[in-house]
Amino acid sequence: MFDAPGPRGRRRILWVSVVSAVVLLGLVVLGLRQFAAGGELDATRWRPYLTWPVWRYLLGGLWSTVVAACATGMLAMAGGLLLALRPNRFTRGYAEVVRTIPVLLLVYVMLFVLPSFGVNLPLFWKLVVPLALSHAASYAVIFRAGVESVDPGQREAGLSLGMADGVVTRFVVLPQAVRHMTPLLVTQAVSLLKDTSLGYVVSYTELLFNGRVLASYNGLLIQTFLVVAFVYLVVNLGLSRLAHRLEASRARTAR
Amino acid sequence: MSLVLEGFLNTVALTLLSFAGAVLVGVPVAVLRIVPVPLLRAVGAVYVEVWRNVPLLAWLVLFVFGLPEVGVTMPLFWTACVAIALYEAAFVAEALRSGVHSVASGQGEAARALGLSFRQSLRHVILPQAGKRVVQPLANIAIALTMATALAGVVGVVDMTRAAQRINLELAQPLLVFTGVGLCYLVMAAGIGFGARALERRLA
Repeated sequence: MFDAPGPRGRRRILWVSVVSAVVLLGLVVLGLRQFAAGGELDATRWRPYLTWPVWRYLLGGLWSTVVAACATGMLAMAGGLLLALRPNRFTRGYAEVVRTIPVLLLVYVMLFVLPSFGVNLPLFWKLVVPLALSHAASYAVIFRAGVESVDPGQREAGLSLGMADGVVTRFVVLPQAVRHMTPLLVTQAVSLLKDTSLGYVVSYTELLFNGRVLASYNGLLIQTFLVVAFVYLVVNLGLSRLAHRLEASRARTAR
Repeated sequence: MSLVLEGFLNTVALTLLSFAGAVLVGVPVAVLRIVPVPLLRAVGAVYVEVWRNVPLLAWLVLFVFGLPEVGVTMPLFWTACVAIALYEAAFVAEALRSGVHSVASGQGEAARALGLSFRQSLRHVILPQAGKRVVQPLANIAIALTMATALAGVVGVVDMTRAAQRINLELAQPLLVFTGVGLCYLVMAAGIGFGARALERRLA
C-alpha cells in the first residue's frame, strides 16, 4: 500500500503516533472516570471475579456453550454437506431462504409454535436445532464454494482413471476443497459459538445465560457481563488465530 | 394489527439507522487499518477483533442494562441502534479493508511511481477500483444486520420478531404469524440484494 517511509515520512508518522496516543489516552481516562463516578471500579465490585466458585460457574457455562456449539456444528455440517452435494432447486432455495431469516425467529418457532403441535424438545435441542437449521445453509454455501474452487481437471482426471463418481468426490475433490475452506470454516465456527449465546433466550445454561443468572444474584451487572464478554473474546480470538495459522500454512503448501 | 406495523417499522428503522451508523464508524476504522502509522493500525485491529469476537447479544445486554449504571442514559431504541452499529462496523471495516487489498498491488505501485502521494493514490486509483468490489460484501453485511436487529427484541425493543412472538400469544395462530414475519425478512433481504446488484451495475 505504501513505500518504506523516508526521513520526512518517519517524522510525520512519529507526530501522528504521539498525537493519537495522547487522544487515545484521554479517551481511556474519560471512560474510566465515567466508570469510577458510578463506583463501578471499586475493588469490592471486582473481587468476586477473583474467586473460584464464580469462575467455576462461568466456566461451567462455557463448557455448555462449547457442547452446544459442537453439537450444532456437527449437525449443521452434515446438513450443509447434504445440501451442497445435491444441488437442485430445493437445496438452493433452502440455502437462500434460511440465510435471510433470523435465527431468533427459528428459536421462537421452536419455543412457542412447535409445543402447540405437540413437539416439545428438551432445552438443549430447542437451542441446537434452530441453530443447526440456520447454519446448515451457511455451511452449504461454504462447501459449494469450496468444491467449485477445485480445478475441474481434477475430477476429470479421477474419472478418466476409472474411479466412480462418488469415489472421485470423496478422495479427490473433497480433500482439496477442505484445504481451501478451512479458514472459512473456522470463521463460521466463531459465528456459531457466538450464536449459542441465544441460550440467553432459551434459558439453556450456557455462558451468557449463566452471566445473567450471576448478575441477578450478585447485582454486579457490568462486571459480570464484561467478564463474560472477555471470556468470549479469549475463546474466539483463539479460534481466529487458528484460522490465520491455517491460512498461512495453506498459503505455503498451495501452489 | 398496530403491533405488527410497529414491529415492522422498528425493524426497518433499526436496520437503516444502524447500517448507516456501521458505515459511518466502519469507514474510519478501515482507514485506521491501512494507514502507515503502526499505532493507528493496531487501534483499528483491536477495535475489529474486540467487537466481532463477542456475541452481539452480550453487547446489547451490556449497552442496554449496563450503560444506565455508569450514568449514560439514552432511549432504548437508540441504545440498541448504537450497539448494533458498533458491532457491524467491525464487519464493515473488514469488508472495506479486504476490498482495498483486492486491488492489485501493481496499481498502488504504479500510482506511486507516477508520484502520487498516499492520499492521492488512495483517492484516485485504489478506492474507485475497490468501490465496486465491496458492494456485494457490504450487501451481505446489510442482510446479516437485518437479521441481527431481531436480537434487539430480546432486550426489549419491539421489533418484528418480538412483535410476532407477542401477537402469537394473543392470536394463537403461530403458523400464519411466523410465516408472515419470515416473509417480511425475506423481502427485505431480497430488496437489499436487488439494490446491491443495481448499484454494482452502475459502478461497473
